[in-house]
Amino acid sequence: MGDKSPFDEMRNADGSVREPYRQLDAWLKEQPDEALGLMAADAEGIFRRLGITFAVYGSSEATEKIIPFDVIPRIISAMEWRKLSKGIEQRVRALNAFLHDIYHRQEILKAGRIPEKLILQNSAFAPEMMGLDPARGIYSHIIGVDIVRVGPDEFYVLEDNLRTPSGVSYMLEDREAMLQLAPDLFQRLKIAPVETYPENLRRTLESVAPANTSGAPTIAVLTPGIYNSAYFEHSFLADQMGAQLCEGPDLFVDGGKVFMRTTTGPEQVHVIYRRIDDDYLDPLTFRPDSMLGVPGLFDAYRAGNVTLVNAPGTGIADDKAVYTYVPEIIEFYLGEKALLSNVPTYNCTDDDQRAYVLEHIAELVVKEVHGSGGYGMLVGPASTKEQQELFKQKILARPDNYIVQPTLALSTCPTYVDAGIAPRHVDLRPYVLVGDQIRITPGGLTRVALTAGSLVVNSSQGGGTKDTWVLED
Amino acid sequence: MLGRTAQNLFWLSRYVERAENMARLLDVGYRMSLTSRREGGAAEHLVSMMQAAEVDEAFAEKHEVADVAAVSNFMLFDEANPSSVRSCLLAARTNARSVRTALTLEVWETINAAWLEFAAIRPRDITGAKLPELLGWVKQVSHQFRGALISTILRDDGYSFSTIGGYVERADNTARILDMKYYVLLPRATLVGGDVDIQQWTLILRAASAHRSYRHVYHDRYKAWNIADYLILRPEMPRSLSFCFSHITRTLEMLAVAYDKRLPCHDAVAEVNAMLDGNNMDAIFQNGLHEFLTEFIARNNRLTEALSESYNFY
Repeated sequence: MGDKSPFDEMRNADGSVREPYRQLDAWLKEQPDEALGLMAADAEGIFRRLGITFAVYGSSEATEKIIPFDVIPRIISAMEWRKLSKGIEQRVRALNAFLHDIYHRQEILKAGRIPEKLILQNSAFAPEMMGLDPARGIYSHIIGVDIVRVGPDEFYVLEDNLRTPSGVSYMLEDREAMLQLAPDLFQRLKIAPVETYPENLRRTLESVAPANTSGAPTIAVLTPGIYNSAYFEHSFLADQMGAQLCEGPDLFVDGGKVFMRTTTGPEQVHVIYRRIDDDYLDPLTFRPDSMLGVPGLFDAYRAGNVTLVNAPGTGIADDKAVYTYVPEIIEFYLGEKALLSNVPTYNCTDDDQRAYVLEHIAELVVKEVHGSGGYGMLVGPASTKEQQELFKQKILARPDNYIVQPTLALSTCPTYVDAGIAPRHVDLRPYVLVGDQIRITPGGLTRVALTAGSLVVNSSQGGGTKDTWVLED
Repeated sequence: MLGRTAQNLFWLSRYVERAENMARLLDVGYRMSLTSRREGGAAEHLVSMMQAAEVDEAFAEKHEVADVAAVSNFMLFDEANPSSVRSCLLAARTNARSVRTALTLEVWETINAAWLEFAAIRPRDITGAKLPELLGWVKQVSHQFRGALISTILRDDGYSFSTIGGYVERADNTARILDMKYYVLLPRATLVGGDVDIQQWTLILRAASAHRSYRHVYHDRYKAWNIADYLILRPEMPRSLSFCFSHITRTLEMLAVAYDKRLPCHDAVAEVNAMLDGNNMDAIFQNGLHEFLTEFIARNNRLTEALSESYNFY
């Protein structure tokens, strides 16, 4: 990792085209000079008109932006996908088992496989969840696993997003846009559909309705409202599933049950796909100043009259400090070796490891344990001496607040930029649904760093997206 | 459906209709001011137009002189004016975003595209011939919105709330236009109006897109009596009070059936209908046109209150 030039998903080092990309390569060669530029302009128009926007916090000049969409798809072969999805399934199985254990008998702590302090004193641990039994014993129903590729056969999991992963609407709209922009490509290749996601999401949510639900469960998507950065996605998913899109004030709790205020009076809600953070869910249980949540919601949940998707407290399993133990977790609960690798991670509270980190900080990536979205991180090779010095001080002051990893040479994909087609670094977030069964949508969201050489793919930091094609045999 | 969704759909339609009505009123005020030959006449027309829109006081707080530039800027672009086209389109889009799941793509796209297009306009570019052009565009947006609604939206309770919102706003506006010029409509000793009267009547009709269709209905010259009759009682005139309330009534009946419940709003609409059904212009003029219109506007407002009580708007 590091020294050699990054793995390109389309071209081998000798310039020949990799098998999954043959058809795309031929198609690209057939396109007239201006074609890709026109497609890119069309795509921008499509996205803006549809209102597929997100908000960038702290950006004053416009509250709504569109995420740049790259018109060249990213392609994954059927064999590669089988391998990936097996590894992902193993991971989410183990992490749900881990969550159940942590909130019940805590066998893994008793066995000394994970330090007790790391869990029990972690701010992501929710003591309110102790002894609570969610429907089917599932805690994290909707998961987006961040994966990077560094070689033909080398994939790493960067993060397991087990709380409220976002971005799935882009996976669906990117596909929709590609179908409009390049219909002929879909005739040449057998591409696995992603359009099944909303239907599968609905099935998953229905399958985890409380046991005492009579008749078809009523499903609601709970959003913080139209000013939230992911509001488009919330409304999109509610629409696609035929579920009610609710804000906190639309719901109330009475007699331990949750109701919506409808034009004909109260109507009971059985499953809530909530897109607000744990802290804001219920001012009576969590943050008392929350205006977004529903007072008494947690009591209704505890009484087994409503299912919260995902459960509160799932953050303990995707905490960056717990991340390093995932291979351990898989072995402990499933008795299997992890199929997907973790990125090697340095623990700064260990004297030797910290010394190494401080000396080699220019080659490493430093992340805040509770940070997300590309904020509060240092990418060593792209940083200045001053920034490195600053992070050294931060690590020395609070070694437990940071994890450090080697800079991965993320794979690149051909991307349409101002200068034409050029390789840009990408990652991948497949979406997993856990209910009566585990369903992984073939594909996912490919995020691409649009600046040459940049490794930061986050949309809040100028990253774009690509449609992701999984080929069928 | 959520009470909030019903409320948002109701107001979405009201705001789009209001944007259209503001454009209509400004169009009339602008034409009147252009053709005024009296000293100070232009400003008077513009001010009375703003009175009809009930924004004259807000205008006076910010401006000393009512000229075309200041008034059109205030009616079109000023966010301090809650009824400006800008405020209406923004409110419409915000409402639409909140109930995105209750709208079809076509309806959403109309509102979203209209807002994006309007937001990109620089107020200082809207001079001369650009003004009527922009006013025409605002009306088109409203037509497009209704067209998208009619041809793509599911005919469920949501459609009912949208429909009611549009007609409540339209009735309110027609009543205000009439009230603005009620004195030129009062019967007088001379049956034939003078030039100034005819000009004013034309403008009232124009504000309601009724200056041509009037001829088809009455086969007659413009007459004050007919004009009042046309905009208040004629059931086939799509901006008349009777027309609006026959649709509101029918729609509320559908809701009563769908929900199997009669509610305070059904009484409130009956109160309005009591003023229209079986009434004639003789009686209305006898009891006072201005009084009639004021009472109508008040009862129409009470209907909105009754709706929010009946269907849990909050």
